[in-house]
Amino acid sequence: MQLSGNNVPLKTSFTTLVDLRRGDAATLDHIDLPGKDARRLMELGFLPGVRITAGHSAPGGDPRVFQVDGSEIALRRETARRLKVRLDKTRQAPGMP
Amino acid sequence: MSECGDCHDCGAAAVVEFPGAPASPKIVALAGPPNSGKTTLFNRLTGLRQKVANFPGVTVEQHTGIAELPDGRAVGIIDLPGLYSLSPQSEDEQVAHDVLTGERRDTPRPEAILLVLDSTNLNRHLMLAAPILALGVPTLIILNMADDLRNRGGHVDTRQLSAQLGAPVALVSARQGEGIDEVFEFLASAMPAPAPQELPVLHDVPKCREWAGRVGRRASYRPPVPPKWTRRLDSVFLHPVAGPLVFAVVVVAVFQTIFTAAVPLMDGLRWLFEVSGKWVAATLPDSIFRSLLVEGVWSGVGSVVVFLPQVLFLFLFIGILEDSGYLARAALIADRTMARVGLQGKSFIPLLSAYACAVPAILSTRTIENKRDRFATILIAPFMTCSARLPVYTLIIAAFLPNRPVLGPFLGARAAALLGLYLLGFLAAVATARVLKSSILKSGHTPFLLEMPSYRWPTVRSIGLRLFDRAKVFLRRAGTVILLVTVVLWIMAHLPPVNGKAPSIQDSLAGTVGRTSSRSSSRSVSTGKSESG
Repeated sequence: MQLSGNNVPLKTSFTTLVDLRRGDAATLDHIDLPGKDARRLMELGFLPGVRITAGHSAPGGDPRVFQVDGSEIALRRETARRLKVRLDKTRQAPGMP
Repeated sequence: MSECGDCHDCGAAAVVEFPGAPASPKIVALAGPPNSGKTTLFNRLTGLRQKVANFPGVTVEQHTGIAELPDGRAVGIIDLPGLYSLSPQSEDEQVAHDVLTGERRDTPRPEAILLVLDSTNLNRHLMLAAPILALGVPTLIILNMADDLRNRGGHVDTRQLSAQLGAPVALVSARQGEGIDEVFEFLASAMPAPAPQELPVLHDVPKCREWAGRVGRRASYRPPVPPKWTRRLDSVFLHPVAGPLVFAVVVVAVFQTIFTAAVPLMDGLRWLFEVSGKWVAATLPDSIFRSLLVEGVWSGVGSVVVFLPQVLFLFLFIGILEDSGYLARAALIADRTMARVGLQGKSFIPLLSAYACAVPAILSTRTIENKRDRFATILIAPFMTCSARLPVYTLIIAAFLPNRPVLGPFLGARAAALLGLYLLGFLAAVATARVLKSSILKSGHTPFLLEMPSYRWPTVRSIGLRLFDRAKVFLRRAGTVILLVTVVLWIMAHLPPVNGKAPSIQDSLAGTVGRTSSRSSSRSVSTGKSESG
């Protein structure tokens, strides 16, 4: 996290959790899953507005561990893809214009 | 409620009725999210006075135990499966929910709840306090892992938290035995119903999380710094190169231990059963009952009990892996491969151990929370070529195949055939898993979630209790179901009597049944599948 300046507005871009590389942080915007599954994710801390940091992953990058609300939860790609996030920094925003 | 201070003969057996006090011991439920250290606390409270059974009609294990209070009274404790909220999504959670709300007829509604939360992750874990307190049942909020909280610079004001929640709060370390007195004090007290200052709308998860954060703030909760060692270990265990290597080493170690280290012990047990069987045969007069006892019961039960060392070794490994936190990492690494056949990472260790023996493998599937994945794993585990089948394979191959070289000097026909049989079993398992997981055991679109707990040293106490538990369950099955089966088999092999003696095996009921079934099913399948271990 080399970005400095607390009040510098960061360029936000919408993407999904899948696009986060290790060490990237993002803010959860919404979960694109049926109510029951979204609820379980929310109970584990994936609430809109929460900060999520991407951590280690299994070989091949799937599943990946995410640090959220004091816990570390591993999600498969197919699930991570449904979590829409805003990147906190513009350093790496793969796949987004 | 009157205490029995001056009455010495009322002891642990609650036979003497006090005015207003129930005759049977109080029943208290232990509830909490997964990874809150609930089971460690259960072990701490009950020690060896535990019972494992199944909740009737479901595949959920019911752990009950008796905690003895300092004043000698006994309290019954039910260790419920872990739950994230009172909106159940799995069978385990449904059972926990139904017990807490008194909807299960086979279990009395608990008079009080011990709610175990991880104090190092209180903001999230407190969310569960809302629906639990709303039940109106007397509740003790137990903030577990107090040692971790302290060591990592966290803090919480338990008196303030207690005032916020309107329920007593105890800061406990179940692993170290710290703060257990407070739990006993609560159990011995009159246990008042909770009176929380406010509760959120229970169906609204964000509102519940807001409430938990607010309560935590008012109790000056300061979360601990991230666990240094967990981060360090994960940078090795989940390293793209080192991670799979460590995984391979662990897998080989598990495999090797159940395959080889358990063998001398198993041989010892087998020898013990043979010798004692002969001794019994020599002592008793020759009769049909001696035959039933020695050939039926003794050798039948004995042939199952010899697996006990393998079962215990496997559970020793799984206990260490699970309690240390590595099992979750192993499941993470294996998940992608297992997902290809529709299973998940947690199926890997049970399937691997099925190569040694299907019996402990099937027992070990209890670490898979998802019921459908657990069933699929149980159903395909016997396809893995277990160690007991190996001598049978070698014998058949040696009898039917000349040892011609197939790939020059590297691979002979016999070795290739053996390899082929292993491969065949594996492919059958994969194919069956695919079929099951795309039909009757389809998981739907339930997302796969795996929580990574912090690494912790496993304690001898907790592993020892677990092994004791498993040994009891295994021996009880050997003493009931398997005993019954061996007796039935013996009777079938000894009927109808010829001149007052047992018939030859071809003429017996068992022989007739065997011939009929082998004629009706295709011959090749029935010969290969009859031997299982």
